[in-house]
Formats: sequence, structure tokens, C-alpha cells
Amino acid sequence: MTRTRIATVLAAAVATALLVAGLAGARTGAPAKAQQNTAVKGTITFDGIWTSSSGQPQFQSVIKAFNKLYPNVHVNYKPVGNNLPTVLATAVAGGHPPDMADIAQPGTVAQFAAQGKLKPITYAKSVIAANFAPAWQQLGTYSGKLYALVFKAANKSVVWYNVPAFKAAGVTPPKTFAQLLADAQTIKASGVPAYSIGGADGWTLTDMFENIYLRTFGAAKYDLLSQHKIPWTDPSVKTALETMAKIVGDTSNMDGGTSGALQNGFNTSVTDAFSTPPKAAMVFEADFVGGVITSSTSAKPGTGFNTFTWPSITPGPDAGAVEIGGDLFVTFRDNPAIEAFVKFLATAPAAEAWAKQGGFGTGNKNVPASIYPDAITRATEAPIGTAKSVVFDMSDEQPPAFGATTGQGEWGIFQTFLKNPSDVAGIQSQLETAAAAAYKK
Amino acid sequence: MSAGGITAEPPVAAAPPPSAEPGRLGQYLTGAVFLAPALFMLGVWMVYPAVYTIIRSFFGETGFLGHWVGIANYKTLFTTSTLTTAIKNNAIWVAVVPALVTAIGLVFAVLTERVRWAVAFKTVVFLPMAISAFATGVTWRIMYQQDPSLGAINALGKTVSGIFSPAGVLSTASPSTPALQSSGGALVLKTPTHPGGVALLGLTGIAPDQVPKSSVQAVTPAPKPGDVVGTVWRDFKPGGGKPGVVEKGELGLPGVTVQLRDAAGKTVQSTKSKPDGSFDFSKVPSGSYHAAIGARTFAKPFGGFGWLGPSLIVPSLLIAYIWIWAGFAMVVIGAGLASMPRDVLEAARTDGATEWQTFRRVTVPLLAPVLSVVFVTMIINVLKVFDIVYALAPESEYAKANVIALAMYFAAFQGGGNFGVGSAIAVFLFLLVIPVLALNIRRFRREG
Repeated sequence: MTRTRIATVLAAAVATALLVAGLAGARTGAPAKAQQNTAVKGTITFDGIWTSSSGQPQFQSVIKAFNKLYPNVHVNYKPVGNNLPTVLATAVAGGHPPDMADIAQPGTVAQFAAQGKLKPITYAKSVIAANFAPAWQQLGTYSGKLYALVFKAANKSVVWYNVPAFKAAGVTPPKTFAQLLADAQTIKASGVPAYSIGGADGWTLTDMFENIYLRTFGAAKYDLLSQHKIPWTDPSVKTALETMAKIVGDTSNMDGGTSGALQNGFNTSVTDAFSTPPKAAMVFEADFVGGVITSSTSAKPGTGFNTFTWPSITPGPDAGAVEIGGDLFVTFRDNPAIEAFVKFLATAPAAEAWAKQGGFGTGNKNVPASIYPDAITRATEAPIGTAKSVVFDMSDEQPPAFGATTGQGEWGIFQTFLKNPSDVAGIQSQLETAAAAAYKK
Repeated sequence: MSAGGITAEPPVAAAPPPSAEPGRLGQYLTGAVFLAPALFMLGVWMVYPAVYTIIRSFFGETGFLGHWVGIANYKTLFTTSTLTTAIKNNAIWVAVVPALVTAIGLVFAVLTERVRWAVAFKTVVFLPMAISAFATGVTWRIMYQQDPSLGAINALGKTVSGIFSPAGVLSTASPSTPALQSSGGALVLKTPTHPGGVALLGLTGIAPDQVPKSSVQAVTPAPKPGDVVGTVWRDFKPGGGKPGVVEKGELGLPGVTVQLRDAAGKTVQSTKSKPDGSFDFSKVPSGSYHAAIGARTFAKPFGGFGWLGPSLIVPSLLIAYIWIWAGFAMVVIGAGLASMPRDVLEAARTDGATEWQTFRRVTVPLLAPVLSVVFVTMIINVLKVFDIVYALAPESEYAKANVIALAMYFAAFQGGGNFGVGSAIAVFLFLLVIPVLALNIRRFRREG
């Protein structure tokens, strides 16, 4: 995740949290009936991205719930903020990492695991198995060992649409990709461009590609590509890019045309689509779009904005697969206090402590959908827990040099693709060259 | 003799104590005690990191040292396209910025000597120096926005171009059916019409709020013998409707200039549409005609220049950077001017030299030392440039706008986390700065 990306997620979390603050306040004070364990003692240092204005209070409430069970374990949460990847890389290089940390990229977790910096969390396997579908354990496993718990997840297989714009065009949320393209033409005829694309942030483009690839070829093939077991020159990539070109090549149907899309960041792409009058009708991005809409536009949930699931492309078992981004919790040390905390984090009460405040999704299948504070949050977050197949954001899974470097690697190459969507073969070979270089290291 | 004025020796030599040895030792000790804090700080914050960076540049990507890779990191530096772009861009920066900043600073300095509100003018020009480069980058990024409703510079362009080529009333509209074809910006009905015929000009892509308030339900006018009638309307209702057919709920477009063109394409009549979109060309001589809507109706508003786009991003950055530093150059050169002996100028003028000759032959040569200070300082600044590029360039153009320091940041701390390549870039940058520094130090000595 780039700084902007994290900032966006945080902003979204805060906005949603603020929205539901009243609700949350009314619900606090659930009695702690569970048995206390006073034998486990110690202090855990934890480095996270959430700061006092963006998620730290919510995470503190998770820690509070933990302390009801383990009153003698002190969790020392350090709000590092957006610089977390840098701070962590330096701390690990210098030999003084925190006890635990939150990492947004599986690629970075894999790097640390390969260097032997992380401690496996095998002790939490059974708790995780009881609370999560097997796919989630797989997301935290590197070379056969379980290293990470996906504590917080964001649903990326979501499209946000401007309700009045859809109404004016007389279209309803599409179920299939073909319908999406047809609706887009109708929306254009109604006088509003259909798509708002935040192409200045390369990750919005890779997210779109990933959803198309997942919807076309399913989770198994998606994983092969994200692990670079099939090359980017594969015919499947060609098909997916050609599908994507049907959207990003429709210049006159994009907010600001191609050059506008390249200069609009993620935030602008959202505010443009939900301002009055709208400059576009829909945005392809994750659940955290909701927070940006409520904090920087006057659109109201339900009447002003709403969501639909990324339309299906190839029917089949993976038609409802969910792509997620999320926070992986890793441990750099091992002691009873840390073990107790990790195990607790994998249980439903830990997730519920944050989920009921909004801005939070979890793969924990024991968290009831009713915990989410409003209808839209429920619609975007509940599928994360119930989805049969889950894949992690592909660009985050790859070595960061390829998948997460501003203006370079995958992000930069997809921006080139946005500039000229007709050169599919050229883009494929660029992607393969960059991926091969990053995987070689 | 050693020219360095920093060593502790001269004062020692200046005061030779009678019983040399112990006293001399004491002097050294005192010197050492006074030097120690500075040396310690230099060592911890300058020497150690520099040496560590040099060593680190020969090792692999992660870990405290990683593994030995020899000069592989340096090879990467010169073979990766984004890094070579950075080096090329830095060369452009060095070629353009110091010269322009010095020249502009000189002009400002000389001019401010002659204007009445010199202090106010100097303050305004110097003000950008008081703003952090990052804030400047953010500000200019907003000013450079392509959308004229966001970016100040393109807004100015829009105002100017609006005078010469105003935007059409239906600039976003497009034909609803292929029967209406674009020709030179105008939309022409492909099927010919005759007196007594009806021409339907359906348009889409018009937002509801763009439809004039006076507009009412569109109608298909009844054919009139001898006249060509028709209608211009927003051929869209929720769901799309039937293209090319006037339906209930579709509004007429009033005030649109409709033309009747003869077979040769010449406009023989033109009229304006009514609130229901209908129009009527009366008393049309028999023949074959085409109904059309002129290009002016669809004239696109000024869309703005892509200052932040791939072709203009580097010049845009240079302009913003020069804007910051011109004030600095002006103040330094102005100080030089103030201390310049006036009698030389007087003498030149008395001898009949023109203002330009005085400037060219007297002022500039006398200012040469100051100018070179500004020039060299700017070279060093420009080689290290980072923050303004980081703040001003949109992410999608980082690859185009890349500079060495930015490349180092991305290699080491963003994404890659490759401290090896990052260190190699840092060392390369260091090597680039050294000759300029050496030049500067030599000049200090000469002047000292």
C-alpha cells in the first residue's frame, strides 16, 4: 500500500466510525462473562498504521476486550501511521522489531518470513480454523508455515454507483459484465460519463484488472498468476486486459477522458462521481469508498450512493469470489502473552469489538452480519465472511518492487495501459519483464 | 602554507611557551576538548552514515548488510529505465535551472534598484522562499490541474480562449443514431430531404441540467408542402428509449441553430428551434437538401493544457522550482549590487557608455563572484531536488518526472525496500555533488 492508499483506507474508516459513533455508544457495556486469566503476564509492543484520528481508538477497544480476559497483559500500541512499512523495514534491518506489527502486504510478510524474521503462529491454528474458512489460513501461510492472521479485511469486489445518475439514465445495478457495458452506454446517452477512474493512483487500475481476472478465470488461476507460476504473457492475461480495455478504452465515457483519468487520484475519482451534479456515475473500488463519500460529499447512503457486487463475467463457482485487501498481523517474538493475544484476535469478540463501530470487515465466519452498523456496510462487509473463495489483492501479494511501487512495476505499467489500451501485447511483455526481475531477487 | 583556517595549529604556533613540551600538550588537549563535540556529531551524523551507505551499496537488498553483490547495484542504476530517466532528468534540471535562476535573479536585482516600491517588490519575489518546497509543490499541482474549473492556470486559458472561441451550447452532445453524421464539427443528416420532408435531429449525451428551462415535450412536426420541417430534441429517456424516434418524456432543444444545406454543402437557410425543438424552413425551392446543426453549437470548451501530463510535467516542475528560487538569487545578487563601488558605474556613464553597455561590461563582470556563488549553490540544490517533484508530479507521471533523489527514496523506502540499490543511488548522487562542492571550497579559499 502506498501512503495515499493507506491514508484513504484510514480516512474511510474514520468517516464510517464517526457516522456510527452514536450507535456504538449505545451498545457499549456488554457484560464480560468469560473467565479471566490472570496467570499470563507481560507487555506486548505493537506497531500499527492506525493513528488517534484513524482507527487507533477502535483498535484500542479491541485491546480493551482482550484485557477483560487477560487483565495482566499490557498491549503497548504504537500508532506509527503511514510510514509503517519504512519504520518496520528499518527496525527489522536494525534488529529491533516490535513484538507484533500490522502489515498490509502479504508480499512484505513473505519477505520477512523468508528472512527468518517472523515467528510462526502455529499455536493459533485451531482457533483460526474454528473461526475462518480455510482460504484465510492459506493467506497467512508462507512455505508451509502459518505466520500471519488477517485481522481486518476490505472487500475490493465492489462497485459504487451514484443512485440519482442511475435513476436518470433508467438503469439498475448490472449483474453481468455485458449488462454493465450496455448500461454504461445508456448512462453516457443520459449526459453523464459512466466511469470515474482514479488512474493517478496505479492501484485503482490493478484492482480493476484483478477483479476482471478473478471473475473471468476463477480463484485458482488467479493464485497462479499472483505467485507468478504463470507468466504475464499468458493468453488469460490477454483476455483480461482486452476485457478491461472495454472500460478504460471508452475515453468519451470517462470522467475527464483519458488524460483526466490519469490525473485524478482515488479521492478525486470518488468525489467527482458523488458530487452534484455528478461528473460520472460509478467508481470501481473497495468498501472504503463509502467513508470518502460520506466525509467529502453530501450524498446520502441509499438515496445518494449505493453499491453492487462486481458483475460476473464467466458463470461458475467463483462468480461470487471476493477480492480483499487487509491487515495481516505478524509476530516477531514468541511468549505466552503474545500467544494469548493472537489467539484472542482470531475469535469473534475481537472482530466484533471493532466491527460494530464500522469501517471494518472480517473473514471471521462467526461474526453475525447484524453486527455491522448500517445497510451498506452490511452489504459490503458481510460477503467477506461468507464468501466461498477469497483472494488477496494481487499487487499486494507480489514482491513490492513489482506490485507496490509508485509509478513503477505493475502500477506504472497499468497507467501506461490506461494511456493506450490498444497495446495489449506490449503491456503484457512489460509486465512480464518487470515481474521476472522482481521475482528473481 | 596550509590555507585551511580550521586547524588548531596557528594559535598554538603563535604562543610558544618557554618550557615547550607539557604546555604544548595542554594546548592540544584544550583544542581536542573544544573540538570533541563537533567531531562527535560530525562522526555520528555525517561520517558514519556516509561510510555505511558506501559499504551498503555493495550488498543485496535486505537485512543489516545483506549479502555481497559487488557492483550489481550500480549496474541496476544504469540499466533500469526509470533510473536512467532520473539521471537524464537531473541533467535537464542542471542545464536549465541554475542558469535561469541566476539570470532572472540578476534581472530582478538590477531592476529593483530602479523602481520606487523596491522593498515591496523584493518581498513579493522573495516570499516563495518562505514556503516549504512541499507546500509549493501542492499549490502548483492545484494550479496546474487540467480541468479549468480546478486549475488556476487553465482557468486563465479558458477565460482567454472563451473570448476568441466560445463553447457551444451543446458541447457534450452526440448524435443518437448513425443517420446523423459528424462533418467538420457539424452534425449533418445523411439522408437527403426535400421540400415537404421532415428532418429528425436526435441528440444524446446531454445532461438534464443542460437542457434549457424553456424546453417542453418534443414533437414531430407535420410535413408542410414547400417547407422542410423537423425537430431537434434530446433523444433520451430513462432506460434509453428508442433512438431516432420522438417519444413521450423526451424534451425539445430550443434555441439550436439549424441549417439547411444544399447538395453542394452550402447553407441556404438557417433558423432557430422552438421550445418543443421544432423548426421550419419555409419556401424551400425544390431540390435535395441536408439538414444540419452547425459546428459552433458543438464547439468544445477549452479543455485545458495537460501541465501535469507526460509531455509537460518536467517543464512544469522547472517553472515551479524557478519560481521558488528566483527570489533567493535576487536577494543575494542584490546584496552584491549594493556593495558594488558606485564610482565605477559613474565613470562608465561619464565616459558615455549606454545603460546596456554599463550593465554588460561593468555590472556583470563586477558581480561575477556573486553570480557564481548563486550558480554553484543552485547546481547543488538542483542535484538534490526531491520534495517538489514528490509533491507536484501526479503518481502516474513519476516515471516521467523522476529525479535521482526521488529514485533513491522509492528504491530504498517505498515498495522495493531495496537498501542496496538505494545506497548505490545515494553514492552516485554524492559523487555528482563532490566536484561542485570542491569547486565551491576552492573558491572560498581563494576569497578567504
